[in-house]
Amino acid sequence: MKAFTYERAATPADAAASAKQHPGAKFIAGGTNLLDLMKLEIETPVHLIDVNGLALDKIEPTAEGGLRIGALVRNTDLAADERVRRDYAVLSRALLAGASGQLRNRATTAGNLLQRTRCPYFYDTNQPCNKRLPGSGCAALGGYSRQLAVVGASDACIATHPSDMAVAMRLLDAVVETVNPDGSERHIPVADFYRAPGNTPHLETVLAPGEFITAVTLPPPLGGTHIYRKVRDRASYAFALVSVAAVVQPDGTGRVALGGVAHKPWRMEEADAQLVHGAQAVYDRLFADAQPTPENEFKLTLAKRTLASVLTEARA
Amino acid sequence: MSNQGDEDNKGHPQDAGVYSNAQAIGEGDFSLTRRELIKAGAATAATAAVSAKATAAFAGETPVTPAPEILPLRLKVNGEVRQLAVDTRTTLLDALRENLQLTGTKKGCDHGQCGACTVIVDGRRINACLTLAVMHQDAEVTTIEGLGTPDNLHPMQAAFVKHDGYQCGYCTPGQICSSVAVLKEIEAGIPSHVTLDLVSPPQMTADEIRERMSGNICRCGAYSNILAAIEEVAGGKKS
Repeated sequence: MKAFTYERAATPADAAASAKQHPGAKFIAGGTNLLDLMKLEIETPVHLIDVNGLALDKIEPTAEGGLRIGALVRNTDLAADERVRRDYAVLSRALLAGASGQLRNRATTAGNLLQRTRCPYFYDTNQPCNKRLPGSGCAALGGYSRQLAVVGASDACIATHPSDMAVAMRLLDAVVETVNPDGSERHIPVADFYRAPGNTPHLETVLAPGEFITAVTLPPPLGGTHIYRKVRDRASYAFALVSVAAVVQPDGTGRVALGGVAHKPWRMEEADAQLVHGAQAVYDRLFADAQPTPENEFKLTLAKRTLASVLTEARA
Repeated sequence: MSNQGDEDNKGHPQDAGVYSNAQAIGEGDFSLTRRELIKAGAATAATAAVSAKATAAFAGETPVTPAPEILPLRLKVNGEVRQLAVDTRTTLLDALRENLQLTGTKKGCDHGQCGACTVIVDGRRINACLTLAVMHQDAEVTTIEGLGTPDNLHPMQAAFVKHDGYQCGYCTPGQICSSVAVLKEIEAGIPSHVTLDLVSPPQMTADEIRERMSGNICRCGAYSNILAAIEEVAGGKKS
């Protein structure tokens, strides 16, 4: 691991300001992804701003009838929160489908949104990777791509976003709240939070340098049946090949978002509108522009069947 | 082959620098003095640093790695307050093993995948390998050494012995710390991936225990005996 200097931030605004003062700095909260990457020298921050002491660990009701989840709320606590289990079950389910008990005890809400891809070529510093080393190329395109994206990718990068939680957040129209180094605040819908890889896959979110996530808010509960179905190579403690998050109402309307298929949670409001017509119609809209590799083409079949299974369960 | 080599040099100028230094050492005289060898090594390091700088500048980040920073740290480990001075890079796992000589906690993968380093911090099980020691000022840490002693085993340790919940034993401290915390998590009503009804408290079932223990890998495959040990302690708690 490369050496770095270390500080404990006193307030969110201080954290953001310090990040601006220290180019090459990173915030650290749970650290479960960042330290993994620092050990491999894929991440080499010269300064770490420990934000664990900030009072951002509360889940509070909003005036609109939703929930405001502090950036530092641990995955375990968010999944176990009574209001989340009752009113946003798809979020609880997504969180519980991810990682292990030990990791969920440390991983935070904001950190989960910002975790990096598990593309094997991003992790292998002997290989070219446009995300890790911009301009070096993409070894995944002609390589082992079974786990990687089938839609929304580019010629520069076919990495997937690894989060389960983010899929549920996208489904629920969650909004990311931030503070900037100048003290200004910003609200960013999760729908607009992730950038398409294009020619700049190393730029993953719309966050500006130093911009610090303080909370994620959920709109009022949607009701309906909540399902998170994760298909993976083993029954626990593995990343998704395909996952489907769904909220379906008694009249058959609703919304779906998929994980494991793209650089971000994959949801289209036009596809949601097709729910009453069944899984095939939803699938056709979501994957109209799919460009799988020969190795991950199976994900399309898997996505279609998982969608069908989830909708059947929701209507049962 | 040579074509491949040319491409490699184009793609990785830092490698070319390393090779040229190696060549300089190899040419003519093998009886380099220690000082000359260190010089050559330093030149190699400087080349690598310049490359890293170019890379970092491209990514829009600052290139300069600072000197290692040593910070004071106070931890309460197994009930005892300990004062340390640690390099900021020290993980909690290394602080326990290397600074405090508490080698019961094991380093398996060192990347949060195997669970061998599981310890209980402020009442919660975590992977000690994926957290920095300096992030735990004044935290209460319980390691396998703090759960029980050879003469006075924790009930979970005794159950692992009784049920032969190990073969080589390397993952066992992590398995036991995790097990103790898992039972508390179920008692606290924290749901899991296999909890059928999210709004009711989870039940103490074999499925629940298996799912919650999935972050602890046992390469010897002692899982059924580990489960038997945990179930026995869980059963004792229920009654």
